[in-house]
Amino acid sequence: MSKRSIVPFGPQHPVLPEPIHLDLVLEDEKVVEAIPSIGFVHRGLEKLVEKRNFHDYMYVIERICGICSFMHGMGYAEGIERIMDVEIPDRAKYLRTIWCEMSRLHSHLLWLGLLADAFGFESLFMHCWRMRETILDMFEASTGGRVIFSVNKIGGVLKDMDNSMLRTFVDMFDKMEEEVRQLTNVFLKDYTVANRLKGVGILTKEDAIINGAVGPMMRAAGIATDTRKLGYAAYGDIDFDIITGKDCDSFARCEVRINEIFQSFNIIRQAVAKIPEGPIAVDVKGNPNGEAFVRLEQPRGEAVFYFRGDGTQFLNRARVRTPTFANIPSLVKILEGCDFADVPILVLTIDPCVSCTER
Amino acid sequence: MAKITKSPWLLHYDGSSCNGCDIEVLACLTPVYDVERFGIINTGNPKHADIFLVTGGINEKNKAVVKQLYDQMPEPKVVVAVGICACNGGVFKDAYNIIGGVDKAIPVDVYVPGCAARPEAIIDGVVKALGVLDEKQKAFKAAKKQKGATK
Repeated sequence: MSKRSIVPFGPQHPVLPEPIHLDLVLEDEKVVEAIPSIGFVHRGLEKLVEKRNFHDYMYVIERICGICSFMHGMGYAEGIERIMDVEIPDRAKYLRTIWCEMSRLHSHLLWLGLLADAFGFESLFMHCWRMRETILDMFEASTGGRVIFSVNKIGGVLKDMDNSMLRTFVDMFDKMEEEVRQLTNVFLKDYTVANRLKGVGILTKEDAIINGAVGPMMRAAGIATDTRKLGYAAYGDIDFDIITGKDCDSFARCEVRINEIFQSFNIIRQAVAKIPEGPIAVDVKGNPNGEAFVRLEQPRGEAVFYFRGDGTQFLNRARVRTPTFANIPSLVKILEGCDFADVPILVLTIDPCVSCTER
Repeated sequence: MAKITKSPWLLHYDGSSCNGCDIEVLACLTPVYDVERFGIINTGNPKHADIFLVTGGINEKNKAVVKQLYDQMPEPKVVVAVGICACNGGVFKDAYNIIGGVDKAIPVDVYVPGCAARPEAIIDGVVKALGVLDEKQKAFKAAKKQKGATK
């Protein structure tokens, strides 16, 4: 046995936009063990729930993460609506579904770009991010913000998209789909990409279950789980299949996310075709008294929200179990025995969102 | 923009932001905003960097990291605080783990407001930082010359 050495990875690292620290125990070029340490981005915003009015807390919970900010706000709104027994208008449900899928689109394109950057394919990174900007423009046109939207409220949504805007969006998505297809073909067919991803970071079905993986990590291991099938917002009326992979490696995870991009285009089209006319919000009176659990499918996997109120305008407790946190045990598992040079790619294949994890 | 005489390189570090400002910093580097046309490159190495972009507030754990990155950068250097959290703590100001803005750890030269800071605002901040960098460079050279004269 050769001598062991420990290489620190992060918190500041060129491939990571966010700080996470790993102590990598190496034997020659092989990683024997990875010891994660988190907490660089911890702000303590779950505790802030005791200081902010429950309507105002929406603006705090959205800022758990700038990538899935819409879905965090939506999880909070759904939770409080469940506690207070508020039924939101159908149009608001559809609007939430559309914005959710747009968030997933931009998140997956962002991830594809970062992955391309991690294996050194700079121009592919640029193309992914160029396409992502189109979606951000749509967000800006419909909500007013590029990354933080503040468009959810308890009892519905704050802004409406009129039908001509929705039609324009669908036309834009039709055009985009072509372009995205060309782009993703590079990921799926280029041999340099395949060389870096195929057979790297295998997480078997059993390991995925033992380590409690969520989202695309789980689906790439061949297990069909998708919280959207629970039918929150308007997902109950929409027809879609759960996308799974077979090979359990990094390439399968990439493939699953690529297929989910096209699925999102499809869901948006269905939602726009079915969206009913009507109001977008109902008035909410009184304070929340009770507790609620909400499960949502975010781009990175399943997020679980828990809220408890006691009848005052301040909630007692807010708790979020975010998908990246659930995926860290799987990350540690796939890092064991990998090549040192593959570490950045493996860290990226779980699609880490550190600010979600640490809140 | 006439004042750019060299290619300033950026170092980006996420203090404790929500990611919003970080992806906007990265968006500045990608085709739509593309600051690379001015020779600005995002480098991962603090020893190559002239401008330090920090997003998010300072907490107990990252205070030392930000300080260390700042110390590793060669003189002259400029610090840009991107987003309201980096300026004074922003929406998380009252959270128990936030000490405050970036200026609680290192001296800040340019403050970029916004939540999340828009790419245009970030580019504006970087251009302002270039002016500061220029002045610092002159002062640095003058100090060096004086030091040489007294020897």
